[in-house]
Parts: sequence; structure tokens; C-alpha cells
Amino acid sequence: MATLLQRLRIKRGGLAKRESEVIHIRDVDQLQHVTPPPMDIAPNDPIVAYFLSSPGAIEIDKLHLASPALQAMKDAGVKLAIPLVSQGELVGLLNLGPRLSEQDYSTDDRGLLNTLATQSAPAVRVAQLVQDQQIQARENERIQHELRVAQLIQKTLLPKDLPALPGWKVNAYYQAARQVGGDFYDFIYLDDGRLGLVIGDVTDKGVPAALLMATTRSVLRAVAQRVIKPGQVLERVNEIIYQDIPPKMFVTCLYALLDPESGELLYANAGHDLPYHRHQMGGVTELRATGMPLGLMPGMQYEEKKTTLAYGESILFYSDGIVEAHNADRGMYGFPRLMKLIGEYEGDGSLKDAVLEDLSAFTGTGWEQEDDITMVTLERSKGYGVSQIASRSITASEGLNLSNNSDWQQLAELTIPSIPGNERIAMEQVAEVVEILHLSDRRLEQLKTAVAEATMNAMEHGNHYNPDLPVSIKVLASQAALSVQITDHGAARIPSSDAGNEIPDIEAKLAELQTPRGWGLFLIKHMVDEMNISSDSSHHTVELIMYLKGEENASEKS
Amino acid sequence: MPAKSLEAQVRHQPRVAIVELEGEIDSFAEDVLNAAYAEAESREANVILLNFNKVDYINSTGIALIVSLLAKARKSKRRLLACGLSSHYEEIFQITRLVDFMSVYPDESSALASGSSG
Repeated sequence: MATLLQRLRIKRGGLAKRESEVIHIRDVDQLQHVTPPPMDIAPNDPIVAYFLSSPGAIEIDKLHLASPALQAMKDAGVKLAIPLVSQGELVGLLNLGPRLSEQDYSTDDRGLLNTLATQSAPAVRVAQLVQDQQIQARENERIQHELRVAQLIQKTLLPKDLPALPGWKVNAYYQAARQVGGDFYDFIYLDDGRLGLVIGDVTDKGVPAALLMATTRSVLRAVAQRVIKPGQVLERVNEIIYQDIPPKMFVTCLYALLDPESGELLYANAGHDLPYHRHQMGGVTELRATGMPLGLMPGMQYEEKKTTLAYGESILFYSDGIVEAHNADRGMYGFPRLMKLIGEYEGDGSLKDAVLEDLSAFTGTGWEQEDDITMVTLERSKGYGVSQIASRSITASEGLNLSNNSDWQQLAELTIPSIPGNERIAMEQVAEVVEILHLSDRRLEQLKTAVAEATMNAMEHGNHYNPDLPVSIKVLASQAALSVQITDHGAARIPSSDAGNEIPDIEAKLAELQTPRGWGLFLIKHMVDEMNISSDSSHHTVELIMYLKGEENASEKS
Repeated sequence: MPAKSLEAQVRHQPRVAIVELEGEIDSFAEDVLNAAYAEAESREANVILLNFNKVDYINSTGIALIVSLLAKARKSKRRLLACGLSSHYEEIFQITRLVDFMSVYPDESSALASGSSG
């Protein structure tokens, strides 16, 4: 190129290059000291059409068009322009100033320039495509990185554990859409034993939403500990958030405060989707409390309402990702379907799973989730509490070798999430349920140890500590005996490792010939009067029987 | 439920180290228990007394941890004693035959009186 430019003795040179919509002129002639200013050619400039229709060198001074680009070229001293056209597209211009000899360009010069233009146009085009691709790749990389950051923020700040409240099932679900939205939920543990539940949605997506979610969460956590009353909590949070929130962003948020003892739930709502309350007598109501979203304007007040969850009742808190989910026919899941589903939920299993199953049935397979999906479910156990003893008689489940065929009464059914340490909740809850049986201190302690060990085995060996697979515990009593049935989601296990027939040998353990562990079933067998194991393909049940009269104590057999 | 962890304090007396335990002895207790035991061993005590007075829960994993301590103590020819167990856990120590290898005393003073003489 340098040789060529010298041969033509050009005063100025430049190569116009098209970038997306606009064409720039860029200096390529580093040999010359005079640099033409960069020039943009608007895509609708008439000169573009002219260049496309006139192949070959064009004498700029002889051209008369109402074209800003042409004027700019003239001002820059361009005398001759050779369009670089590739596949019908103007990809650049070769601009030449006057010859040093002040003479016009010769036919030879033009011929040479035309050849040069014809040959260089495809090369310029290829270079442009490569550059476009690099820009696109960098942009994709940036978006992916931003997504990862948003996901990380979200993942870090959502609660790792579910609250384990005696007599309550609390579940949560969060599934980010591909482009992470701003959904969040949180649990706040107050010193007085009450539990704060938060669900919210930040406008916008990606990192900005994740950052605002993080701020809101922190402010809420701090305020909730001091202010307590949900309406005032949201009022205070709004004041703080409002000062820092970027324009056009806001947060919808519901804050509820549960007293696990009484089942009383206080709540206030900053413009979030209304939770559904499923009543024991049938029917579903919305929990309605008025209030503006957080961060929109200062001085807002939030209505505070109260409801009470009776035994067996549940509440679903959710975000709009569920109700606004579409199926392949562009139908929307909608509130009515959600409300109907909750009304039909029997309270067995998990409300969260029921919603997810129905949503999946609606959207069908291969659904690309449009928005974050977030849920928190609060369910009060059906039979928990001594005052709630079922009056009907039930027979023990088949396959269990019950020692007494007389009527069994179910005292309670408990659900324990499989989380390390939760065996203690199981044992405390069973102890509370059997209070009415007035066991001696010693027998109660024995029962507690047996329940804890059996629950631990169920969480570990049956459910592999998957928090979504709960251990279910039924407490039944007859005139003669107490039965605690502990069921996990594991199939039948190898009897030799499970039945506890092998007595752990402490001498072998001390000599390190046996693992120091392996005491669980041994302990259970010595704590209760009978231990029965039954299983099918998907459940494994250990039944602990303690006689209420007659034979006094199993441990004395040893 | 956030598991309440185990806390341990080691007090050194001539020839005896007293490990005062508070909380729960389960799988979460492993590090604390082992660290306390190492500290108890550090001054060449030949008797180590585990005080369970403030322990409200021991499960099968906890029993396994205690068995491991007992194995360590026997290897290094130290005596391991226990005191302050509730009647329920004393019963469990009997069922598991832990009592055959570590003497169990009602409280610290009786353990020290008998332990240092033995």
C-alpha cells in the first residue's frame, strides 16, 4: 500500500470503513503528515446509493448531491474516491487527495486504483466480519459474566436452611430464570421465638436487580429485629431504601410474622402478590393488606393484618413467575388455577411440590422459564399438639407387626426435614406428644434416645440428608402400648447392616478392629420393647414399641 | 434448628486434666471434643476426666467419639474417667459397656478422689 500511495503521489489518503450503521473514514496513510478527520456517513446519505451504483473511481469535485458526507469529503480535500463494494454492500472508500504534481489523475492511475479497490474490498469485508464477531463474542462473554455474578449474589443470599419449627412445615423454592430476575425470600428468626417470612421481587433483572435485592434483604433483616410489627417494618424499610434506590426501580415485598405457638400470623404487604390461605374447613382466601412497593416514594404507610393458621391449614407465598408462566399455546397459568390447586391440596406431602407438579403439567416439557419462580409455603401440621388427638380409631399400617390388635389412636404425625441435627427436633416433639401418657422419666428418656437414633438413621441412610425428603413420624397409642413409626424414602436396606443383630463389640472397637461407630440400632433395641422394620420399594419404616404396662423395660433384658 | 454445639474447657491439675463439657455430643461435636482432648493430653496428665454435668444430649455418634477418645487414652496409657452423667446416659454407658473401660463417678470430687489414687 505504501508503495502504491507513493507512486500516485497522493497528498492525503484515507480508507472509509463501514461499521454497523455508520461509515467512518479512517486514516491509513501513516506516510503522510496530513490526516483527514474521521468521517461518518449516515446510512441514509444519498451518496451511499451513488457509490453503490457507480463502480470505479469518482471525481469528488464533479459530484453534486445534497449529501453531508460529500461536503465533508470536499472539505477534507478529497479529490478522488473509489468505493469498496463487496457483495453489493459498501464496505469502505479509498479516498485520495490531489496529486503532488497538481495534475489530474491519469487513466492509468484510475485503472490501477479500480483494480486495487476490486481486490481489497472482499478483504476489508472479511476483516470487518471478523471484528464484528470479536465484538459480539466479547459482548456475550460480558453478559454471561454478569449472569454469573447475579446468580452468585442470589445464591449467596437466599437462606441455606429451612426453619424447623415443631408442628410446622416450612418449605421454600427458588428457580432462577435464565436471565436472573430479582426474586428473593428470607427467614428472620426473632428472639421471642417468632419467625419472620419475607418474599419479594425487585424490578429489573441481572446484576442491578440482584444488588437491590441484597440491599433490601439486609435492611429488612436489620429493621425486623428492632421494629417487630410488620407494617412498621415495611414503613421503615421503605424510608431507607427510597434514599438509595435507582430511578425506575422498586421492590415488591411481603413481610409476615408467625407465632408458631398460637399459629397467629401478622402481615403487611408492599405491593407483592397476595398470599393464599387454605382453610381447614375448605376454601381459600387471599391475604390482603394494602401498601405501595418499596422505594417508590417516601412516607408510605402499610396496612397490617392478622390471620391465624389452625391445625392442618397452610399458606402459599409466591412471586409472579408462577402465575405468569405460559404454556406452548401461550395460555397463562393464572391466579384461578393456582387458587383451585391450593383448595384441593389435602395437606399430605408438600404444598410446594403440589404447585410445582401442577405448574409442570401446565407448561409441559421443554418449557423455557420466563421469570424467576419463588415460593415459600407454611403448613401447620394436622395432628400436632396434645389437644388435637384424633378421636377416630385407626389401624396400624399393614406390614407392621403390631403387638396388640386393639384400637390404635394416632396422637400425631410429624414431618422432619432431613437435615443433620434435626433428630433432636423429632425427639423433643415426640416427647411433647406423649406427655399425656405420663411415662416415667426413665422411659421417656429411653423413648427419646430411640426416636432420635431411628430418625437419624432415616435421615442419613434413607434420605441421604436430602432436605426435600422428609422423615415422617407417626405416634400412635393403644391401651397397652405406644408405637412410634419412623418412615423414610429409602428402599429396603441390607438386613445385616440394618437390623442391629450384631452386637457392637467395644473391645474390638478399642483395639481398632471395628469402627468406633455402629451403635445406633443397638441403642434403639435396648431402649424400647420392640423394634419392627418394614419396607417396600420406596419407603422404609422402623416401628418402635414401648409397652405401657406389663413388661417394664427392655434394657433390663440385656 | 441451629444445632447448639459443644463447648469444652480444660482445667489442668497435677497429673489430672479435667475436660468440662457443655452442650451436645453428636457429629457436630467431633472437632471440639478432639481439640479438648489434645489440650488435656498436652501437659502429660496421666488421668483425664470428662465431666458430662452440662451435657444434655449424647447420641450414637457421640458414643463413637467417646470410644475413639478411650482408644487414644489406652494407647498412650492414660486413664479416662467420666463424671456427671445423667442417669439415662449412665445407663447408656452401661449398655454399651463403656463403663467397663472408663470408670464413671457421680461428680468431679468423687472422680478426683478415686482417680488420682488409681
